Amino acid sequence: MNINLTMIGQMISFMVFVVFCMKFVWPPLTQAMRERRKAIAEGLEKAADAEKKLEKANEAADLESAEAKRHAAELISQAQSRASQIVEEAKGLASEEAERIRQGAQGDIDQEINRAREELREKVSELAIEGAEKILESSIDEKAHQNMLKELSAKL
Amino acid sequence: MAGDAPTSQEYIQHHLTNLAYGKHSDGSWGFAGTPEQIREMGFWAIHVDTMIWSIGLGILFLAFFTIVAKRATAGVPGSVQNLCEVAVEFVEDNITQVFGTRPNSVIGPLSLTILVWVFLMNLMDLVPVDLIPHAAYLAGVEYFKIVPTTDPNATLGMSIGVFLLVVYYNIKIKGPVKFATGFVTHPIPKWFMYPFNFILEIVDLIAKPLSHGLRLFGNLYAGEMIFILIALLYSSGIVLAVFGGFLQWAWAVFHILIICLQAFVFMILTIVYLTQAHETGEH
Repeated sequence: MNINLTMIGQMISFMVFVVFCMKFVWPPLTQAMRERRKAIAEGLEKAADAEKKLEKANEAADLESAEAKRHAAELISQAQSRASQIVEEAKGLASEEAERIRQGAQGDIDQEINRAREELREKVSELAIEGAEKILESSIDEKAHQNMLKELSAKL
Repeated sequence: MAGDAPTSQEYIQHHLTNLAYGKHSDGSWGFAGTPEQIREMGFWAIHVDTMIWSIGLGILFLAFFTIVAKRATAGVPGSVQNLCEVAVEFVEDNITQVFGTRPNSVIGPLSLTILVWVFLMNLMDLVPVDLIPHAAYLAGVEYFKIVPTTDPNATLGMSIGVFLLVVYYNIKIKGPVKFATGFVTHPIPKWFMYPFNFILEIVDLIAKPLSHGLRLFGNLYAGEMIFILIALLYSSGIVLAVFGGFLQWAWAVFHILIICLQAFVFMILTIVYLTQAHETGEH
């Protein structure tokens, strides 16, 4: 417990250390820390910005996709109505065609019937004549009977 | 260690004596051989061990921090830079809490120097008490104390350094007139109380650096004393030696707290005193 020159020496070295620390230690360290703090703050800000942008982009994408969906649905319904329209048209055409074919066929049938009738009439008249000839056996004035028979067959 | 087997008293005395270089009573300069000689030297002596260790540790601190500060990057810091930044940030936090954000280029480095330097000096207390002194003794040096903060000269030297700074800021911030009149007008601003105020303020002024320095010294001195007393057990038989070993370990663990705490207290008091010097117009 002797107070002596050591105290003065300690005081001087203390001051020298503080001055040295003030010049070479404190400023660069605090500077680096301040810069880092700034960089981190900027980074965080940028991240927040990016997040906002992402949100906006997501919203835009949602809108776009909804629009696309709506458009697609419209197209589908258009296509559907167009398809049913085509089917209807085809149906109409088909029935028309069928009608036409049927009418054609009907005509053919009618013709055939007429022809058959004609043939039948001729055959019947022939048969009748044959029958009559056989009944009469004898010759009959063919010509006179021919006329009569024609009249008869026309009546058939 | 004058004799072959020193008594307990001699042992303790030896461990509490600094290596002093000074002016002998006969006028010649040299190292003091005994505590009595140091006392006779009076003021004109210097504790060589205190100076070597305190300056050495100070240089260690500054060299370490300067190297880190030179390489300091604002990018991702390395572990060493991190360590330094933790210290700087801790100091800055305490300054902001107590001193506020007033612009002052001295208080930061001052507090950092105090914190780390005092911590390192206190840390020497954890080195076993006989290790280095005995090595020095074998090298022919009679006394060698390795904990500078157990020397009141060291702690008072620092506290007076802080005190001078406090006076400087008082004069700079408040002006010499207001600073001088403050001695008589505080704390009771009545003319008939001026003498009483003056005594109070002078005592307050002197008590600050004294308590500031002696607080650190007292804590570390007491801690060192206990280490020495524990070390005495080693020469008192095997049972007590083992017990002493355990005690030393336990006290060292507890002492880690004191070491950090006292370094912190010294720093925070410095900040508080400087803050008071900067405050104007209250009380």
